[in-house]
Amino acid sequence: MRFYEYEAKDLLRRHGVPLPQSRLAHTAEEAAAAAAELGPVVLKSQVLSGGRMKAGGVKFADTPDEAAAATTEILEIAINGLRPVGVLAEEKRTITQEYFAAVTYDGRAKLPVIIFSDMGGIDIEEVAEQHPEHLSRTHFSAARPFSDYIAKNAVAAVGVTGNDLNALTRIVASLARIFLQYDLTLAEINPIGRLDDGAILALDSHMDMEAEARRTHQALLKELGVDDDDNRQARPPTPFEIAAAQLDAADPRGVAGNLTEFDGNLGLIIGAGGGSLTLFDAVRQAGGHPANYCEIGGNPSVSKAAALTKLICEQPKVEKIAVMMNVVSNTRVDIVARGVIKGCIEAGFDPSEKIAIFRIPGSWEEEGFAILDRYGVDYVDRSVSMHEAAARAVAKMQA
Amino acid sequence: MAMFIRVDIDEAVQRDPALCRQLVEVCPVDIFALEESGRVTTVEPNLDECTLCALCWEAAPEGQVNVVRLYRE
Ligand code: SF4
Repeated sequence: MRFYEYEAKDLLRRHGVPLPQSRLAHTAEEAAAAAAELGPVVLKSQVLSGGRMKAGGVKFADTPDEAAAATTEILEIAINGLRPVGVLAEEKRTITQEYFAAVTYDGRAKLPVIIFSDMGGIDIEEVAEQHPEHLSRTHFSAARPFSDYIAKNAVAAVGVTGNDLNALTRIVASLARIFLQYDLTLAEINPIGRLDDGAILALDSHMDMEAEARRTHQALLKELGVDDDDNRQARPPTPFEIAAAQLDAADPRGVAGNLTEFDGNLGLIIGAGGGSLTLFDAVRQAGGHPANYCEIGGNPSVSKAAALTKLICEQPKVEKIAVMMNVVSNTRVDIVARGVIKGCIEAGFDPSEKIAIFRIPGSWEEEGFAILDRYGVDYVDRSVSMHEAAARAVAKMQA
Repeated sequence: MAMFIRVDIDEAVQRDPALCRQLVEVCPVDIFALEESGRVTTVEPNLDECTLCALCWEAAPEGQVNVVRLYRE
């Protein structure tokens, strides 16, 4: 769940991170009033998308009239299909040095990591590639209390010393604590600016909260004005995604939904203990192009699995589907097999043609395999890895 | 139309109203329903949801309720 910049900055402010003065404006008049109060301002579109500068969503204004005109323009610009909810009018400051700080999870290390650079304001991937000596990665424990010492090491690792080191340590330590306290998946400040008077301020911020943590942080979200039904995704849901969510919600038995649409031609019905992410990646690694990500598990009913399958098969871009899971225990192979075969047939397809591969080993697999045999569906058992199964599905698409 | 499961109910079941009611009670996926006459019948749209849990055929005298897996025939 993404936060708008003004909300991320609200969180930073609550934790003592120094920020430029700013006002959120919803109209040209409010922006003019902010400029009258703050002086020359930078006006930034409040939109849940990157690429604001390139799209014309960031403008500068020296007077209230200029601020009003710029705000009128910014409010008209949709960025990556998203319209701004307002404009953040922020005092314009002269910056002499920019830094980058982010806290996120390192999936491979299974630990949070601080990424810090003294080359802020530019694409951090570019810094990592071309100037690795200007970037530090510092892992820390999510279980133990966070120590400022860790933040200091992260900043010092790129050669920052003196006043900047002390000021940046406080900011990075606050960022790490915000990350842990609010179950964020990303807490980023880019840039952190050193001003001509030596002060160090957080100039832009990006934060994402784990969607499952919303309930835990209801009080905070209420204070920030985030409605329960405001899903804060990077783009509006597609009709395909909406239909999948509806069918998942319509039947409480198991999960068969949580679908995200992609551009490819291989429909995926995947899941089980993190298997969905592994399988999605495996399809991509094998050179395949998924039409969707989705999750199936918790033993959905036959009708629910059938409805999801039918929906996926009916997408014009979907040439075949791959039904793959990790080894299942409570989800039953035979129930899913019945569902996907039924869904294929209801969508008007021959399951033996449409299902590129069925790889769900585990509970009731013999019964499931008997069903698949009957309908001529190509299946494999647990002796074939998830990666190999994904590769076989992709090979069939390319045949 | 059910594709995977058929449930055959012997006429002897219909002569035992308590058993008819019990079948409706035990099935976890509502495959049995009572007609107004008290006869037990199957609910067509639910047949393929059968979990093969055995509760129905174990509730009835042997051979009076048969759950047929059509894909094995
Ligand atoms: S086996 Fe279980 S699920 Fe199937 S009809 Fe009998 S009671 Fe219902």
